[in-house]
Amino acid sequence: MAEVDMFHEEGGDEEDVVMTAAEVLEKLEEAWLNEKFSPELLEGRMDLVDCMLDQLAAMENNLRMARKGDLKISLHRMEVDRIRFIVSSYLRLRLEKVEKYTSHVLEKEEQKKDNEEPLMSDAERQFARKFLECKKNHFGALALKHMPPNMQSAEKELAGVAPKLNSYVFLRVNENTANVLIEEDTVDTGEEIIDLEKGDQHILRYKPIASLVNSGAVSLI
Amino acid sequence: MLAEKALELVRQQHRCIEGALGPFNEDGIRQVLEEMRALFEQNQRDTSATVAGEAGLFSSIQLRHTALERNKRCVLAYLNSRLEHIGQMRWEFGSVLPADVKYNLCEEEVQWFNNYNRMLANYMRAIGDTGGLDLTQDMKPPKSLYIEVRCKVDHGEFETQDGDIIVLKKNSQHFLLRSECEHLIRQGILEHIVNRM
Repeated sequence: MAEVDMFHEEGGDEEDVVMTAAEVLEKLEEAWLNEKFSPELLEGRMDLVDCMLDQLAAMENNLRMARKGDLKISLHRMEVDRIRFIVSSYLRLRLEKVEKYTSHVLEKEEQKKDNEEPLMSDAERQFARKFLECKKNHFGALALKHMPPNMQSAEKELAGVAPKLNSYVFLRVNENTANVLIEEDTVDTGEEIIDLEKGDQHILRYKPIASLVNSGAVSLI
Repeated sequence: MLAEKALELVRQQHRCIEGALGPFNEDGIRQVLEEMRALFEQNQRDTSATVAGEAGLFSSIQLRHTALERNKRCVLAYLNSRLEHIGQMRWEFGSVLPADVKYNLCEEEVQWFNNYNRMLANYMRAIGDTGGLDLTQDMKPPKSLYIEVRCKVDHGEFETQDGDIIVLKKNSQHFLLRSECEHLIRQGILEHIVNRM
């Protein structure tokens, strides 16, 4: 596969990272699985999605040019279908979480500082805002406006829908990470700290390792 | 009993969560809202009485207030669950609702479906730099490029990507590109024939 340039922004400094299409796909698969198994919405990897979509368009173009009846065509087309499934499925999973936790993700996004990676792409944010607005209108028209004056807001109910961060996840460790606090110090039990070694697999509560998922030190499986 | 009507709404919705969406229970909602109005008026009366110096009314005010909150929660849960169901149908049926489904929705819910449809279309158009991606395609991981399908209704002519034209007649079987006939399968025009070994 051809080499592609990827523009990766980190900390404001623009730095070019050259990745092959195969590496991009690998990264995207990882992001896809993480998104699939994490209870909350993760930072979107739209750079990977855009890059892969460009690749797909190029591959499809090549396929159209190719000679009919060549065996390689069907192999390539199968590959294109598979990649497109991963991209679609990834975006679908994200959209599902945005729909479910609309109020929560919008609030979380607002708390982020300007130099941090955004949680959602522009299109997703736009979708979320519109979705929330329509839902509020719907609730208002059918029920809330007929309720007593002190109960006409649904903010509390809408914000109450939040991901279950304490659910357990399977994970594989990619980088050695020492001193991970798994359990806070409480009256009944002492605090629990473990070292994660590369290649290990664990079942852990999601919340303590959430930051490691976003940084790529562990992958959910 | 307080808040019983509201619970009935939730139960009703819970029963059809896996199946088809039932008719919108406008009457049920109206009854809950009436109960809420009555509770609220009573509470207001008791509150002014308490302010005027009467003692011993606090617990009943508290109870009514809890019932009010519960009623609100149940009504919103009922509405929300229906909205989720309707959103799901956009993915199953495409942008046009079948008449028998539409019959069960209230006016605002039809409105919601149209809004959702527009939101989703806008979102899908904005994906990537090259004019978007249809997320309602590729719903299942592809196992093979071509699949065997059987026609369930007379559909007429269908042009494949290579420019060949085939006639989809009832009970005829074809070997087609999966990506081409996925939406026809979802609409119930074609049926995927799975060979059981």
